[in-house]
Amino acid sequence: MSDQILKSVEAPVNENIPQIRSGDIVSVHLKIKEGDRERIQEFKGTVIRKRNSGNNANFTVRRIASNGIGVERTFLLRSPRIEKVVVERHSKVRRAQLYFLRERTGKSARLKEKFN
Amino acid sequence: MMKGLIGKKIGMTQIFDDQGVAQPVTLIEAGPCYVTQIRQPEKEGYSSVQLGFGEIHEKRLTGGQLGHLKANDISPLRILREFRVKKLDINVGEKLTVDVFTVGERVDVTGISKGKGFAGGVKRYGFRGGPKTHGQSDRHRAPGSRGAGTTPGRVFKGARGPGHMGNNQVTVQALKVVLIDNERNLLGLRGAVPGSKGGLIMIKEARKQ
Repeated sequence: MSDQILKSVEAPVNENIPQIRSGDIVSVHLKIKEGDRERIQEFKGTVIRKRNSGNNANFTVRRIASNGIGVERTFLLRSPRIEKVVVERHSKVRRAQLYFLRERTGKSARLKEKFN
Repeated sequence: MMKGLIGKKIGMTQIFDDQGVAQPVTLIEAGPCYVTQIRQPEKEGYSSVQLGFGEIHEKRLTGGQLGHLKANDISPLRILREFRVKKLDINVGEKLTVDVFTVGERVDVTGISKGKGFAGGVKRYGFRGGPKTHGQSDRHRAPGSRGAGTTPGRVFKGARGPGHMGNNQVTVQALKVVLIDNERNLLGLRGAVPGSKGGLIMIKEARKQ
């Protein structure tokens, strides 16, 4: 009963976010507020982790910024700041958390593409 | 108008505000409460308002409890609690709902904290414990010295140490109201509230706004 009440005040599922899996290359379109102007910022990279937990579900995207510095960002799946998420390709991965990518750079940090 | 409610803790979750920032929110099923008695300085020596909360079958109450409520034509209520007020601007029998509060307002919340049983000094008072290394054994969470030596030759009363922790009355001040649902008597407060789910909670206007 109390769980139903909690669910009723939580944010609804964002329809613009497709099914995301570890290893996917995605671009996350974020709404950014600058003063009174709103613009869309894109964050593109590999999903290295997804945590399913209802209202608090989140996923982490890793990308290599300039000078080969790895940048990871975690997004809440139900955040109203996410405009949309585009999945650009799936990868063949054998684990759910791709933390091994953190120790790798260049060629060895690539994942094999998966075609369905 | 006096601001105070009795309620039941439902649980915690996250709610996004209009900026899109996730906020920790505790939900409370608060009210409706009825004024069951007014204590006046002339009669009782102090001023406070007694509120009642939670419907109950009249067979579950004792004759005295029932008589106390029936004297003012109030239906049987499970819980009665007093709220100290400065100004008595309310009448017996009046109904208070979550509407007495507004979104953005700050409130003080009183509840009974979760019991932790017999707890050590590290958990109870944040003692540092002993060193983890350098040949230490059995000293990792020990409380250390409890006082001086031969003078005074005893441990002063009130010295902090292991003992029963939790299950006390705790008040959290100045929690922000972020959600009000009049239909379901729901109140959402930013931050944590003492006690377990289903625990009895008293909500008052904040002393410090």
